[in-house]
Parts: sequence; C-alpha cells; structure tokens
Amino acid sequence: MSRDGIDLATLPLDEVLSKRKALRRKLSAREGLRPIRIAVLGGSTTNEVVDFLELWLLQSGFAPAFYQSEYGRYYVEAVHDAANLVAFNPDIVYIHTSYRNIETFAPLQATETEVSEQVQQEFRRYQQIWNSIERQIGCLVIQNNSEFPPYQVLGNLDATQPGGHTRFVTQLNLEFARAAAANPKLVIQDVCSLSARLGLDRWFDWQRYFSYKVLTTAEASMAMAVSLNALIRGIYGKTRKVLVLDLDNTLWGGVIGDDGVDKIAIGRETPLAEAYTAFQEYCLTLRERGVLLAVCSKNDEEVAKQGFQHPDSILRLEHISCFKANWNPKHENIALIAKELNLGVDSFVFVDDNPAERAIVAGQVDGVAVPEIGNDVAAYATIIEAGRYFEQPSFSKEDKERAALYQENSERAAFESKFADYGEYLDSLEMTAEIEPFNRLYIERITQLTNKTNQFNLTTKRYTLAAMEAVLQDRSSIGLYGKLSDRFGDNGLISVVLGRKDGTVLEIELWLMSCRVLKRDMELAMLDELVARAQAAGIRLLRGRYMPTKKNGMVADHYQKLGFAPEATLEDGSAVYTLEIAAYSPRNTHIKMMELVHEQ
Amino acid sequence: MSSEDLLAGVQDVFRDVFDEPEMIITRHSSADNVEDWDSLTHVNLVTAIEKKYKVKFALGELQELKDVGELLDLLAKKLAAKA
Repeated sequence: MSRDGIDLATLPLDEVLSKRKALRRKLSAREGLRPIRIAVLGGSTTNEVVDFLELWLLQSGFAPAFYQSEYGRYYVEAVHDAANLVAFNPDIVYIHTSYRNIETFAPLQATETEVSEQVQQEFRRYQQIWNSIERQIGCLVIQNNSEFPPYQVLGNLDATQPGGHTRFVTQLNLEFARAAAANPKLVIQDVCSLSARLGLDRWFDWQRYFSYKVLTTAEASMAMAVSLNALIRGIYGKTRKVLVLDLDNTLWGGVIGDDGVDKIAIGRETPLAEAYTAFQEYCLTLRERGVLLAVCSKNDEEVAKQGFQHPDSILRLEHISCFKANWNPKHENIALIAKELNLGVDSFVFVDDNPAERAIVAGQVDGVAVPEIGNDVAAYATIIEAGRYFEQPSFSKEDKERAALYQENSERAAFESKFADYGEYLDSLEMTAEIEPFNRLYIERITQLTNKTNQFNLTTKRYTLAAMEAVLQDRSSIGLYGKLSDRFGDNGLISVVLGRKDGTVLEIELWLMSCRVLKRDMELAMLDELVARAQAAGIRLLRGRYMPTKKNGMVADHYQKLGFAPEATLEDGSAVYTLEIAAYSPRNTHIKMMELVHEQ
Repeated sequence: MSSEDLLAGVQDVFRDVFDEPEMIITRHSSADNVEDWDSLTHVNLVTAIEKKYKVKFALGELQELKDVGELLDLLAKKLAAKA
C-alpha cells in the first residue's frame, strides 16, 4: 500500500475505466519512477490495453512511454517500415496479435503434412518480425500466443481434425513456445491460458470489434495488462521472492496451541483436511520453483513446529527458510525475517486468514503484498495466483536451486558459531572462486543478477540483455563475473563488477553481489582480480561511487572498507572514492582462485 | 429516472473520462464541439456508460447518434426496456 492509498487490484473495472485519467495523474505523481519505453505493434486496436498497462506499470514504479503501431500494421512496421519503431528506441517491443491475425488456416480436408506446412507458413511471418527487431533494435520482444477461436466450426473435432481451427491454434502456439525456449530475448505472454481463465465468451467483444476494431472486452484488456505488468516486473527483477505464511487456519485447520497436533485438520480424512493439504502442496510447488517459504505465526515456537511433524503434513521444517513463531507483532517478525533472509520486504507476499493481521501488516510494512485471501482455504491458492506475484521471464537453474541455497545458508550460520575466529570459519568453508571477464555463456545470468540485486549494489544501475551484450564487444569496458562454491555446494554466479576505461582511470559503474554470500570475503577476491585486470590494461586509478537507495544501505561503507579514499560527495547524495593501483597489494586470503584453462 | 438525472449521470461519466471535474455537457454537446473528444475517447465514453448503466449498445445504434441528446434518448429507451 502506498501513501496515496491507490491499489489498482482492489478497484472495480468500471472505476478504473471511467477514472483512468485521474488515476494516471495521481500515480504519475509518485516519486522515483523508472522510465521504460514500450512499443506496441498490434493486429487490432491496442489503445485500451495500453491505457490499462500504463496504470499498472505506474503502480509498479515505472514511468512508461509508449509507441503504438498504426492499426493492424504489426508486421509491416517491424519488417518493412521500421524507421519510426527504431527511432522510438524501445526497451521492449510487445507484439499484440490474435487468432484474427492468422492469415490462412489449413483447409478442412487438410492432411497432417499440409497443416504442419501451413502452421510453418504463419510461424515464419512471426519469425521475420522477431528477427527484424533483433537485427534493428536488439531489445526484448514480448509476443502473446493465441486464444482459441470463438467458434468451433467442427464441434469437438475442431480440436483434433488436422483442418480444425482450434487444432491449428494449438500447433501454432506450440511453435511459439519452442521459439521462446530457444531464444532468451523472446518472451511469450500466455493469452491462451488467460482467455481460458476468463472464458472466451467474456473475452471477445464483437460489437467493439466491428465498430472500432477493439477485439476484446474491457475486462479482457485489463487482464492482458495485468499479466503484461507481471511479466515486465519479472524482466526488471521486481518479482516477489518470499511467501510468508501464518499457521493456524492458514496452513492447517484449527489452533494447534488449543487443539493439539493430533486435532489439527490436515491429511485426507475430511474435506477440510484435504483442502489444507492441497494448499500445502501448492506452497511446496512454489518452493520448488525458487520461492522461499517463511513462517510468521503467533504461537509457541515448540508447539508450532509440531504441526510440521504431523504425519500428514506436506510441508516439513526443512522447507521453511525462516521460522518465526512467538507473540510479538507480525510486522516486527516480518522485519526480522527480511533481515535474516537478506531480502527486502517488497519481495514478500504475506498470507494470513486473519483480516486484522493482514491489515496491520499492510499498514505497517511498506511494499509487502497482502492478498485478501479471505478465510476459505479452498480459495487461497487461486487468490494468490491472481496476484501474479512470482512471475519470472525465464526459469534458470539458479532459480530452482535458490531455495536449497538458502537452506544451506542457515546450516552455515549454525556452523559459524563453533569457530572462535571468523577467519578460521571462512577457511573451514573451503571456498573456491572463479572470477573471469564476461562471456556469452553467462551474459543472461549476469543481466538477471544485475537487475534483481538491490541490497549489495553500489549503483543500482539496470541493464537490458542487449546493453549487457554490447559490453562484450566494448574494448573500453572491463566486466568481471564471480562464481563461488564451498563445501556445502555451488552458489553459482553471485557477483558482477563492471568498469569503463577513461584514460588511465577505471570508472566502476557496477559492483553488486548476491546477499547469500555476504561476509565471505568475496568482494576482496573481486577487487584483487579487478586490480590485476586494470593494471594489465594500463589503469592507474580506480574510481567507484556509492549511490544511496532505500535498500543499499549495507554497502554505504563498501569502498572505505576496501581501502578506497573518499574523493567527493555529490549533490544527489552519492559519494565518490578512488584507489591508487600502485599502492595496492592483494587482500583475499580465504578463497582459493580457480584458474580456467583458456582456449587459444 | 428523469431526463435531468440521466444527463447529470452521463455528465459525471464525461467528467471522469476527460478528468475535468467542472465539465458541463448539454444535449447539444457532440464530438464536433467538445475538445479532445476523439475516436479513442469515444470508445472509452461508450464503454464507461455501458458499465455504469449495465446496458450494451447494439451494433449500428451508436453510428446514428449526432449528439449527447440522442445518446440520452437511446439510453433512456434501453433502461426503460430493462425495467
């Protein structure tokens, strides 16, 4: 919830529709909005979707600028007449098409081969569009797949007969999916599912189509904007990362402290128990895709933990990355959870059946998402899903392993206390780092880390994949990534430093690190390597700057700690530091460096 | 609903859509004499009026309308048919 009190998710469609301009005016007045340029190439009139999208992006903290193609010219303006599109210089191009833009369906009596060829012919047109955008602009493309046709001319056969239109759309959508899986700069918006969720009869609006070439109902346009906003948030690293769960009547039925562990509703015995089991299964699938689970419950800790030892409990204690069960106010516990997980509360979703707890958390914790889940467990998952909190543009190996990594981290914390000397502890971790110049293999992960890291991030500059790829070619840049593994496992690629040469000075534009490797001396290892590379390139001075944000206070003294000298404090509050390379000697002693064998 | 009430209600929709709280419309207002009433705003107005009064204009009904007066008459007819 924000100070102006606007929360689009709670407003009815009529109100958003009629008060759009006032909402836009108020949301635009919010501070710190990040500019984003979006070009929309449409196969039908796109203004309504864009109007809604503008509001939702503003609410997400973006200041969007839009370009819209002339009506129906999505292909021409991408492939043959792209001057205006290129001049607009978009960060993202959204290709908004529908089943109406399929030029030629396979004939009713088509054979399997004929229908495949016809699908390929339609698909090639889209490939031309995507390739042309990649060649001329190089930015990310969001393409929606197709809803099913409004009529099933062949009845049920429409889905199976090679000449069926439903079948045709299914095959074309599959081609889109394959193309996106092979191309990290192509993201598919799943309109096929979105329209099914709403229902096709509520999706299409023929009066508006024949009158104004607006194909969908206002309701459908809004659903598209909400889904696009979630995608774009994901692309820019604003996706949520933690599901914070209450226990009694949220994860199981009943009050464990009153009823006892043997009386709580979980398992298969009653409809209510089945429903709680299903919700726990949903939480577990979220964890498997990289969302962290935390518990925040007013309970006695020992009693609360018994619930996870119930033989029918799907969730086990090892699935919970941070466990807070006590009698303190929930907003205080949420602050503690954020601290222990090293994540901002604006990456949290708080789930509690008690409306009073929801209200206090929503009111006290700025940025936390508090869906109105009601108190019917059967509806919890659907309501959480509708919020689209955990949308990711890609699904990297790191995401899948992240949940396990945080689990390993808490083991490390327990391990930590056994050593009197912190250096001894670091040595016992048996850390090995790989620190190397940017390369193609990792450029996607480097971009992802750059865009989602908020805390250990000196400048919080964001880069598109295209901009990062340009660094690969740029001889005046020194970009280094760092990977770190230890006896508990591989942390993956967790640090990025990027400097730009200016004569004999290296201006450090990016220095960031994942918080899961805090206090491991990884920044010393990065600095050693940066100095070595800079020296080899004739650099005499490193200049770094700290640009304060609400979230990066933890690195305010980063450069001082590394031995940099303060040079200046600028008007915008950022501080500049320098380091003479001649006086530098390597600092890292606890991390072993892995030497890569370079191919000549 | 009296015709004055209907005009006032529709005027509220215009005020919201144009984001001009003081806007005054009459039965003679039309796209020709109201600044910024372009085709996109027209879609927004029609959709907002449909949602507010829970009616749906049929294809062709809107093409015939010359000004707000005719829109009000059509709306009154639809509301009467619903009641």
